[in-house]
Order: sequence, then C-alpha cells, then structure tokens
Amino acid sequence: MSTRLATGGRLIDRHRSFEFSFNGKRMTGYAGDTLAAALLANDQMMVGRSFKYHRPRGIVASGAEEPNALVNLGRGGRFEPNARATTTELFPGLEAKSQNHWPSLDFDVGVLNNYVSRFLPGGFYYKTFIHPRAAWKHVFEPFIRQSAGLGRAPTHADADRYEQVYAYADVLVVGGGVAGLAAAMAAAEAGARVMLIEQTAHWGGRAPVDGVEIAGKPAEEWINSTTEAMEKKKNVTLRLRTMAAGVHDHGYVIAYERIADHTPGDGRPRHRLWRIRAGQVVTATGAIERPLAFAGNDLPGVMLASAVRDYVVNHAVSPGDRTVIVTNNDDAYRTAIALHEARLSVPVIVDARASATGELPEQARKLGIRVETGMAVAKVKGGKRVTGVTLCQQAGEGKAVLEEVACEAVAMSGGWSPVVHLWSHCGGKLIWDEAAAMFRPDASRAPTGHDGKPFVVAAGAADGALLAADCLENAHAAGAAAAAALGLAGKGAAPKAAAVSEQGVEAVWRMPQGAGVELRAKMWLDFQNDVKVSDVQLAAREGYESVEHAKRYTTLGMATDQGKLSNINGLAVLAEARNAAIPEVGTTTFRPPYTPISMGAIAGEARGEAFQPLRRTPIHAWHESQGAYWEPVGHWRRPYCYPKPGENHEQAVDREVKTTRQAVGLLDASTLGKILVKGPDAGRFLDMLYTGLMSTLAVGKCRYGLMCSENGFLMDDGVVARLSEDTFLCHTTSGGADRIHGWMEDWLQCEWWDWKVYIANLTEEYAQIAVVGPKARMVLGKLGGIDVSKEAQPFMEWREGTLGGFLARVFRISFSGELSYEIAVPAAEGMAFWERLLAAGDEFGITPYGTEALHVMRAEKGFIMIGDETDGTVIPQDLGLDWAISKKKADYLGKRAQERTHMTDPGRWKLVGLETLNGEVLPEGAYAVGEGANANGQRRTIGRVTSTYRSPTLARGIAMGLVEHGPERMGEMIAFPDGKGGTIIARIVRPVFYDPEGERQNV
Amino acid sequence: MSEAQSALNGAAFEGYVTVTEAGLRGMVTLRADLSDARVKAAVKKLAGVELPGVRKIALKGGKGAGWMSPDELMILVPYAEAGATVAALTKALAGVHHLAADVSDARAAFRVEGKAAREVLAKLSPTDLAPDRFGEGELRRTRLAQVSGAFWIEDGGFTVVCFRSVAGYVFELLKLSATPGGEVGLWA
Repeated sequence: MSTRLATGGRLIDRHRSFEFSFNGKRMTGYAGDTLAAALLANDQMMVGRSFKYHRPRGIVASGAEEPNALVNLGRGGRFEPNARATTTELFPGLEAKSQNHWPSLDFDVGVLNNYVSRFLPGGFYYKTFIHPRAAWKHVFEPFIRQSAGLGRAPTHADADRYEQVYAYADVLVVGGGVAGLAAAMAAAEAGARVMLIEQTAHWGGRAPVDGVEIAGKPAEEWINSTTEAMEKKKNVTLRLRTMAAGVHDHGYVIAYERIADHTPGDGRPRHRLWRIRAGQVVTATGAIERPLAFAGNDLPGVMLASAVRDYVVNHAVSPGDRTVIVTNNDDAYRTAIALHEARLSVPVIVDARASATGELPEQARKLGIRVETGMAVAKVKGGKRVTGVTLCQQAGEGKAVLEEVACEAVAMSGGWSPVVHLWSHCGGKLIWDEAAAMFRPDASRAPTGHDGKPFVVAAGAADGALLAADCLENAHAAGAAAAAALGLAGKGAAPKAAAVSEQGVEAVWRMPQGAGVELRAKMWLDFQNDVKVSDVQLAAREGYESVEHAKRYTTLGMATDQGKLSNINGLAVLAEARNAAIPEVGTTTFRPPYTPISMGAIAGEARGEAFQPLRRTPIHAWHESQGAYWEPVGHWRRPYCYPKPGENHEQAVDREVKTTRQAVGLLDASTLGKILVKGPDAGRFLDMLYTGLMSTLAVGKCRYGLMCSENGFLMDDGVVARLSEDTFLCHTTSGGADRIHGWMEDWLQCEWWDWKVYIANLTEEYAQIAVVGPKARMVLGKLGGIDVSKEAQPFMEWREGTLGGFLARVFRISFSGELSYEIAVPAAEGMAFWERLLAAGDEFGITPYGTEALHVMRAEKGFIMIGDETDGTVIPQDLGLDWAISKKKADYLGKRAQERTHMTDPGRWKLVGLETLNGEVLPEGAYAVGEGANANGQRRTIGRVTSTYRSPTLARGIAMGLVEHGPERMGEMIAFPDGKGGTIIARIVRPVFYDPEGERQNV
Repeated sequence: MSEAQSALNGAAFEGYVTVTEAGLRGMVTLRADLSDARVKAAVKKLAGVELPGVRKIALKGGKGAGWMSPDELMILVPYAEAGATVAALTKALAGVHHLAADVSDARAAFRVEGKAAREVLAKLSPTDLAPDRFGEGELRRTRLAQVSGAFWIEDGGFTVVCFRSVAGYVFELLKLSATPGGEVGLWA
C-alpha cells in the first residue's frame, strides 16, 4: 500500500495537517501536498476509471502531464470538473470525487467493456454507431455518455471572480526550474526587463529532487539565493502559480495565474489571465518522462519513475514497500537510489539495455540493488492495484517468463521528451535526435516575428539539455541570447552544476521487443483515452498513415492531457508499423493552451454588470424610474414603452400613440448619430456619401438623405442640417452612428485623402428630445426663447439660441407625420431640459413615448426604417425613394452598382402598403405565396412583410412589404400564410396610411 | 449652466485605489494640420501650452492639450470656458482648414488615485504602464476593456476619460479592478 513516510518531505509542513475528502471518505494531508500526494499518502491508489474500458486507473505522474487523476472538485458555485489531482494544491476541506465511474469507483458496470475489448478496437465508434443514423443521437450517445463521460458540467453560477492584466517584458522566461532561473538571471544581468513565470507553487523544478549540485552546493540553496537576488532587482517580475498557456504572434503570450485555487473564498480573484507582450520568449519548460509500453502498464501502482521520486522526496509518500524499476536509461536509477535512501525496497531494476555501466547504475549496484540488464517486464500482475511483475528477455516475445517479482509499485522510465509545446505554437520546428531518442527544438527554425527574426529561445531540458551541467550552461546562453536579440549585452557567467556522466538512452517503444498481439493489446499508450499499441498498429494497417489521421481515428492524444505522455510513444509505434523513420511521421500539431485554462479567466471581468457595455442616455435614469420597458438598440437601451400600472405593453403603446397624435408626446432621441462634417470640400464629400444632393442645401435648412454602400444597398438614413457655409451636421440611425463615422473616416483617409474635410462624432455631446404632436408648438412657446412659429421656423429648418434658458438647437423635422421639433441641448443639461418639457407640457397631457410608438407612427406615415425595410439586399429604388436620389450628380457611392441589370430588373420586389381585409395584423416577416414552384421545387414566393403593426390611430392592422411588381398592382389581393395553418388576404395599397397629404406636419 | 450634471454625479469607490467621477471638464476637439504655425499659436494662446508631441499631453494650470492623432488635439479648459474656446479657435483659425467642436458633454472623467493606480488601469488597458514607460506627460488614447478611453497622469493620480454613455460601465470596470484582494503587486 502507498503511505506517508515518518520523515522527510521537502515541500510539506507536518505542523499543518488538515482534512479533505475523496468520494465522501475523510482523509488527512499536509500543507504543501498536492491532492495526488495526499491521496497516495492515504493509500488511495485507484482514482478513476478509463474512458472506454473502465479499467481501474491510478496516479501516474506528478505534474501537468497526469492523464488519469482527474476529479470533480468542490461543490455548488465552486464545482470544477476535470481538476488534475497532481496540480491541485491541497487545502482544508477540499472535496474531490472520482470521475467516469458508474455506479461506483470500486464496482463499475462499464468494466464489462474490458472483457470485450477485442470487439472495441480503434475506430470502433466510427464503424459501429454510424448506422442507423438516428440511433446515434437517441440510443448510442446517451448510453455512452451515461456510462463514460468525464467530469460533470457545473450546475451553479460560478461563485468566484476573475480578472485579466496586461504586462510587458523584454524577456519573458517560462518555467521557474533551474534552467528558467539561470536564463532569467542572464537576461536580467544584461539589463533586460524580465518576467519569470512558473506554473507550480515552487521555484527550482525537479533539480532538488534529482540531487543536483550547483556551485558546489545542493540545488535548493542556489535556487533560494537566486530567487532572492532576483526579487531585489527592479527589472525582474517573478510569478509563481502562473502557466504560459500559449505563445502567439508578435510575442504575445497568454499566461494563467491560479491565485486562489488553494484558498477558495478568500476574496481574491480565483484566476488571473495575463496578456503579455514580450520582446523575446525563453521556454525553459523542462521535459516530461515517457512511460514504457508493457502489458498492464495502466494498472494503479504503475507510475513514472520521476513521479515516484517526486512523491518520496517532496511529500514523503511511499508508493509501496517494494517498487520495481523498469527503464531504458540511467535517470531512473535516481528513483531507485531515492527509494533506497527512504529505506524502501527496490527488488530489481529491469533495464532493457544490454548493459548499464554509468555512474548511477554503478552507485545503485553499490547500494546492493539488483540490476538486470537486457530484461523487460512481460506483464504487470494485479487487478485494482499492482501485485507483481513477470520478467522476460527484452529481445524476446515475452512468452518465456523468467521470473515473477512481487511488488506494490512499478516505476517506469522510457526516456524524456522536452516540452516543446510553447516553442511550437508559433511555428518553431523540431528535429529528431536519434541518439537521445527525442524531438527537440531546431534552433535554426525558430518561431519568427514580424521582422523575420526568431522571438522564441528554448532553454535547458526544454532544448534537449537534460543533464544538469549542460542544462544550466544552455539556459544561461539562452537568456543571454534573448537579451542580445534586443541589443543588450550580458555580463555574468553560467552557474556550474556538478557533472554526472550518464550512459545514453536506448529507444524502447515496446516491451518486450517481439511481444505478440495478446500483450500488445494490453500495452497502453494513451491512458486517458484508452489507446493501446494494437490500436495504433490497426490504424496504420487500415491506411491511416498521417499522424494527424491516426490521432483522430484512434483518439490518441485527444484527451484533456492532450497526449503529453502518449504522443511520442504513439507516433513511434505508428512509424514502426508503417516501416518509416520517426521524423518522417512527425508530430501532431501543438496548440494552445498548454493545459486547459478556466472559462472564467478567459471572460475576465466581463460578467454581470460588466458583461457588455451598456450605453445610457442622459435621461436613462428617468426612464428607469418610470418603469420603462427596454429595447436594446446597439449597446443602448431605449424605452420601448412606458406602461402605467395595470397596462400591458400594447395598451401603453396605444395610449402613447393616441396622446401624441391628439396632443403632444416626448421622445428621447439622444441615441441618434450626430456627425459634424466641416471643410471646404464638405459639400462635395456629402454629395458622394448621400444619394441626394447636399451641397445645394441652404444654411439653416435640413434635408433627408440616404446612404448606400458601394454595392448600392441602402445602409443608413437621416436628416442633414447645414450649419454654415462649410459645416454640416449629419444625423444617422442610432445603431449606425459609429459605423457611419468609421465609414466616413475610411473614405477620407484612404480614398479622398486630399479632400479638405474633417469630421467629428458628436453623438454623445447632445441630448436630443423630440417634442411631437399638434400641441408641440404650445409647449415650446411656454419655454420662451427661440421663435418656433410657423413663419419663423418652417418645416425642415433649424434654429439655434436659447429655449427656456437652455442653449439649444431646434430642428423642425418629423418622423411621425405630426408637427414636430427635435431639440438638441448639451448632454449634461439633458435631464433638466426633459423635466422642463414635462412640466411645460403637463397642461396639454404630454406623455413620453417609446420606440414602439415611434415605429407605429412612422409606419402609419409609410416612412421606412433601416433594418426593417432594408436588410442589406434592398436598394432605395426598391423602396420608391427615387425622389431622394439625385439625377443630376455624376456620381455617388452606390450609383454604378444601382445601374447593374440585376438592380434595374423590373421584377425586383418593391415597397407597397398592405391592408388586410378584416383588419387583422399580418405576422412579421410573412411571405406572400404565388403560383407555381421555384427551381428547387418549393412554392414560389412573391413578396414579404417588412413592417407590421396594429395601428391605434386607424384601429386596424397595417403593414409594409416588398412585393413583386407591387406598385403596378395597386388594389390587387395577395395571400400570406398566418403561421397557424390559415391564410390572410391583404390588399396592395400605397404605403402611406395616414394623412397622405402631409397636412398635419405643415401647420 | 447650473443645471449641468456629470454622468454619475461624482460617484466614488474606495478600493485598494480610490476611484472618483471627476465631474465636468471642458474638452474641445481640434482637427487641423498640427504643423501649421497658426494652429500652434492658437493652441498656445487658448490652452496655455506648446503643442504636445506624439502620445503626449501638456498641462498647465487646469488647461492643456493632448495629442489624439496626427491631425487631432484635445484641448482642456474649465467646463464653462469650452464654448468660448471653440469660438476663439474658430476666429483664430479663420482661413485655416480645421474643425473645432465642444465635446465636454460627450465625455465622462474619472480620477484613479493611490499607489497601485497603475496596475488597476493595466487590468483594463493594453498599455505599458511601467513607471519608466508611462510617466507624466504621457497620454494614451486606448481601450478600457470593451470601450474606448484615454488617460494621463495629473496631480499625482490618473485622469481617465471615456464617452459619457458608458460612464457607468467604466466605473464598474474600475471598481472591479480596484476591489481589495485583486492586488497584483506590479511596480510595488
């Protein structure tokens, strides 16, 4: 059984112990434990079941590469699925539950899959569940999800907060092991602004565990003195618990800081996403040990050799009394030595190499540890945990078992793979190092920046320099090179580590070498996704030669660990099956993030009130206080209507329309775009932007204008006022203000850069209020100031001055057909002016009205609305707006497009009014059906509804629509499905339903 | 005018830095050829400062001018003087192609004060706020999370400006960033 040792544990604090639970079982751990270490200390070897076969699975690794130990963590608002036990710091009261078991971890129904595994080969799901099609959705998928499925989805809103921060560095060093420290120091001494980040809670990486000596002292002393020295430097920023998730173009690095995962509820943000701009990135990301492929290598108790010594040295956790070491390299002997030093037994070191004569094997032999070379593990014995191993010749087929060794744990090492993920994200290439049996960064093909020069440097073990002495030298050079790339010269010398000579690794992709199919079908490559040697070989046989195809077919490396343990072994097996060299097969693509990051960190502050910017007019608070029902318009909220107690929305709109038509209404039109256009060429500029002629507009007057895209389609409209000889104020739609401002700048900056025109977006400078209705003039008259009489200010003219003491510009324009003024006052006085108008209008029964009343009134008058009558495919001519298109002008944006044959086709649908025979309201967007069928065999359509309302004024439904040959078919009936199986008949009429002569606005 | 109200009525938040809505301030947008001698002279006369360089702001006695783009300045004056400043610019630049507009009401301003003010802004804006990179006299027209904004150092703290309609959103952002517990410890 795995247990806690009586002494040792460099990272744990035995004075601070606390309780946690696993599947409801209470356990105890120490501060400094990871959840994985604490589980092992409590003899919880089995922590989950595999995805496909539901085989028992234990902790394999001690870091980010862990494939098995994924748990559901916490509860309620702090529930987190797929939490990696090896990177989860233990805290008091932690609650963890194992995943992928049903109904329980110890008794699992899905394990039956294990016994039928030969019927579940690679690609099984693709082959089996494809027919019948419907069965996947209704039978197979729900069953597979129930029986397998990884973590559960959270059911509560996240209780924590998250944030992001932008940071800048000359040199960003990723990885706080000894290589990262050496590289950061080198760059800092050269004077660079350095940021050093480390994903775990400790500096120094695994050097202290591996017994490295630096500058004649144990690594830990050097690590402490180096971090202390760097903390004092003004040009260095150090962050623990911060992982670089991805390296992107232009030195943009996303890093993920886990601030409060281990202190939940302490008020700090849980995670912080760092968005770092770095001049140079040094990847000192270390290396990951590879498993060996022998039968039963997935049983709980089989672990990476490095992980075993991590748990022993860092956490004083014994994986079991007897640990068999299986290796193809010298490094694993360190585990044997560490176990021996912890007074645990190593029955045998099984070394696949023909001989082992390096310093470490010799040392192991001197300690009395039995070393067997040329040997292999034939099979691991045990069910839910290891009970022993059988040994055979590595060169053989594994049928002749030479010996059976009882043990509780197996520590395996298949060599080391540099962590090249970050190097690769932006296109860094790899080379296959045959002697070291690993892919490592190819410095001659580094990721390059905008200038074609490299911006990522690999350092230390991540660059393939696995031995401590080489590693430090390499890392120091990398840090200095990064600084040099920025023109900074280094000073210091590389720290020196004591050299230990190691005999080379020998590539072993299968153990034993000649294993038959029965053994190969129990050799796991990808523990999380249950991919075995036999599956990859099958994929190769079935023609999946590309590593990318084989990956997707077998799901190798597609689990949440993204194949950190399995990829190299898998592609080596694929290479062998294809009879190709490993570099010929290549690797799959390394993509960010390095390990999954939280959605919360990605969202950052953008939730709740800050989810999206809400734009408020100066009168917003008043609308809110009146219980306005809101309509989103762009990022604005505009009142849709103001329901009074007991009123529904329809009744409110009805009242608002009637009051406005009979007396006076008030509309907050502040959201309308207001763009100032000034300069000697302003008139010429507007003549190009609008379909109509603006340059001839007299100062003091207003004109309605249409704006089209280059393709001729109508995209915005509004009233233009000429403020002075060289100055115009262009009103745009509420949603279009920013877009049209950008559109204008685009033309001025990119096309007509020599025209003398400046523009400014003054949308928010003014509160704009429409006073509408037959009594509008009386209300304004009461305020005093600008003369708004019929004579002094005719329709479509503007005046400025003061109104009731407010600095105001009054536009006499109408979107309702009533006598109407739109008054702009400084935004800061908008609220006061609104209240003044309400008070002045009180005796006339003034009412505020919302956007729906505005819509109804404009539809009654047959005025178009951008976004209703237009949808990006409609040209002004479709809407009968030919009167607003100048025939005199040589050009305007959209003119040539509107002359194309398709645009002049008489068959285009055109705007008409639609009057239902019984007064009912046509459904929105309804299509009119015609005779016959189209090319696709569908019923032909001959028109559609663009706007439809119940008109309170006329007490019936009114609508506008685009209809084939519409204007030529006045009086004809067309049929619209009502959406409930019936048909509504409508008569084609003129689109102006109310006051067609325009007498009401001209009073 | 006495009835003029800033967007948030001087709302304030005490976090690990202090965030206060600063009230109305006179701001005039001037678009013109900034190399024109008459433009320089007019700015000097009305704002009391020399024309600021790229990404700079010049301040003096509550007035000043900030560089907004190659052909745009923001002129700062007391709120009550903005209208007169536009009129004076228009007069001084008669015959020079330019645009001058009062934008005081289109904006909201905040003060962000305290030792950690820099990092509170670094959470919202992709700006290098290190003390040796962003000092007095710098102005950034930038982004505050999802909206545009600008800031500079003034009277020992930061002045942050944004559009008036999103004052509530920006205040919320600044509050979140300044909430105790969120200390990053940069440039401490």
